[in-house]
Amino acid sequence: MDFSLSSEQQMIQDSVSKFILNDYDFDTRRKILASATGFSQENWHFFAELGWLMLPFTEEDGGLGGSMVDLMIVMEEFGKGMVVEPFIATAVMSGGLIALAGNQVQKDDYLPRIMAGELQMAFAYAEPQSRYQLNNVKCSAIENKGEFVISGQKSVVLNGHHADTLIVAARTSGQTNDHNGISLFFVDANHPSVKRTGYANVDGHQAADIWFDNTPTLGLLGEQDNALPAIDNIIDKATLAICAEAVGAMQIAHDRTLEYTKTRKQFGRTIGSFQALQHRLVNMFIEHQQAKSILLMAALKMDSNNGHDAKALSAAKSRIGKAANLVGREAIQIHGAIGMTDELDVGHLFKRLTTIQFLFGSTDVHTKRFAAL
Amino acid sequence: MNLNFTAQEKDFQQEVQQFLQEKLPKGIAEKTKNALHLSKDECNVWQKILHKQGWAGINWPIEHGGTGWTPTQKYIFANECAKAGGPDVIPFGLKMVAPVIYTFGNDEQKQRFLPDILASNVWWCQGYSEPGAGSDLASVRTTAVKEGDEYVVNGTKTWTTLGQHADWIFCLVRTGEPSAKNQEAISFLLINMNDPKITVSPIITIDGRHEVNEVHFDNARVPTVNLIGEEGKGWTYAKVLLTHERTGIARVAISKDRLVQLKALAQTSPDGDNKLIDDAIFAQKVAQVEIDLLALEYTELRTLSAISTGQAPGPESSILKIVGTQIIQAIDELYVEAAGYYSMPFVPQQFHDDFDGQSIGPDMATNSALRYFNNRKASIYGGSNEIQTNIISKAVLGL
Repeated sequence: MDFSLSSEQQMIQDSVSKFILNDYDFDTRRKILASATGFSQENWHFFAELGWLMLPFTEEDGGLGGSMVDLMIVMEEFGKGMVVEPFIATAVMSGGLIALAGNQVQKDDYLPRIMAGELQMAFAYAEPQSRYQLNNVKCSAIENKGEFVISGQKSVVLNGHHADTLIVAARTSGQTNDHNGISLFFVDANHPSVKRTGYANVDGHQAADIWFDNTPTLGLLGEQDNALPAIDNIIDKATLAICAEAVGAMQIAHDRTLEYTKTRKQFGRTIGSFQALQHRLVNMFIEHQQAKSILLMAALKMDSNNGHDAKALSAAKSRIGKAANLVGREAIQIHGAIGMTDELDVGHLFKRLTTIQFLFGSTDVHTKRFAAL
Repeated sequence: MNLNFTAQEKDFQQEVQQFLQEKLPKGIAEKTKNALHLSKDECNVWQKILHKQGWAGINWPIEHGGTGWTPTQKYIFANECAKAGGPDVIPFGLKMVAPVIYTFGNDEQKQRFLPDILASNVWWCQGYSEPGAGSDLASVRTTAVKEGDEYVVNGTKTWTTLGQHADWIFCLVRTGEPSAKNQEAISFLLINMNDPKITVSPIITIDGRHEVNEVHFDNARVPTVNLIGEEGKGWTYAKVLLTHERTGIARVAISKDRLVQLKALAQTSPDGDNKLIDDAIFAQKVAQVEIDLLALEYTELRTLSAISTGQAPGPESSILKIVGTQIIQAIDELYVEAAGYYSMPFVPQQFHDDFDGQSIGPDMATNSALRYFNNRKASIYGGSNEIQTNIISKAVLGL
């Protein structure tokens, strides 16, 4: 048993960490959020240049490894800077699905463009009625003369507004709740029959609601009627990514709050000298440490189980959701009124720590899933 | 990064499993699994078996008869013991006074005390707390005044666990001038309890059990050669001990086994036509504790991995006691809930050495409430969890 990083992993961590420190400070991020696209194209190319977009892929697929521990390392650093570039939507989810379910032609077509930073993608799976049930798919794909056309609505599709190509989960047979009968399709996001309403989420990430109306596809991805296992697998992978992001964000939220209590004075002394606040800061520290530990557990177990371990992953999401909730709220409370302001990063960390609790399955959903497995 | 045991570690795991299968008496294992009271004799039997195998002094240096195990070996041993029902050794001799003696004692003291501790020939108890000094140990008032080659000891120690069985007591006593600063007047003294000037009176705790005592010293005479190290350094020695050995402090292995058993119980316990585990709220509570325990296990493994790869343990090691005791108490509470009505009958006979195992209701119900009551102590002893929180605040967060 050895939890130390390999020299390659140490290098990745150092380079992402350096980028966050030097090139992704809070003001830079604010400017990126206010820009037309809501993320930085320049950063995206930089990620590609440094090979970070190759990290989620195996060497066989032209990538740099693709282990969950690698993903964890990058995402934890991204979490510290609250990076909004669509790494999860394009590289982890869409690229991940292609690597997992795609044929060689599809891999050769899409993966190099994703890794080169030339292609933006999004995975459209959730629907207004489905909440977190991945098998609940109403959106239909009907075959007509050997070609499928898709109709229906997809909710809060991450990077949905800026994606060039979408991967859409649609029902090709069976009833809305059936586990069988779901298929994945490539769809040209700019096709006239696709209506997209883009928006920014409360955490600054870009998303869209998308309507399809007899929309033609660019082809089937994976096996017809049997896409659920791949969807499950890739949502779990993306969940690990945001768990790691949360652990990074929690660390900064705790650091900032701790620094503040050491300088802020009330009643003639620093507020960090009050035991009521000291104990709350220790609780935040404990939550962060427990979150970090269970993240490591999930990444290692997924890696030693071919990339997928639903029970370990759900344990992590459940525990990290609970920690993110406490650390986020306490960071605001201990800062006091200044923590409520838009100009301080703490509020933004709080917002991202909040959305992570409800992304890819809430804390309760994952607790229930853990208990059932 | 990897989770794997090395080939040697796997061999060691097998060796431990085989040892437990062959040498652990079935009666002791069964009682331990059911969290029932072990008699002094049974405790002695088990420690002597461990001693014969050379495994009594798990944390001890090899030169004093210790195992010299790596942190990973200790982790494996704790897990296998918990699974098999191997009880914890009584800690006062092996884990508490022995490290002070082999670290700060002189050669004569080492030769005189250590072999009997290892072999479970002599029982020890701890004399730290006093009626006026609980978490605030620096305010102990028991005095040891030097007269020739003896100290004359006066005062009262309290919460003395198993003091009724102990042959010796290790004490923090005040030796210096009354004007000396609090900590600088405290010394570490070993006292033979076979002295009519020392009396032990029982304290019955809320679980109806006689586990702790008050120990009174009324002009007890103690040879000065029983002083550890120097006068006035007792506080330092005691503190080093408190922060020294963290492996196992979280009691993860035992909690893991208790949870496995609790889940098995919930799967068979009737709840009308259903089983208890079908109750969504109960199942969710079990899952939450299990998840928290999983996180704690990896917090411990992070510490362990750091030590095994030659680094200092990270700040995460400071949370082990707080979270570990929270989890122990949460599991105890779930057992009470699982026992339902049968959590209520009081069966005080279970603490008698000759208990025949006759319980009221299912076996597991017998001590569910009493264990829950008893383990409220876990967040109080060894520096209450609030004191632990203060320590993290100061030492880790720099507040």
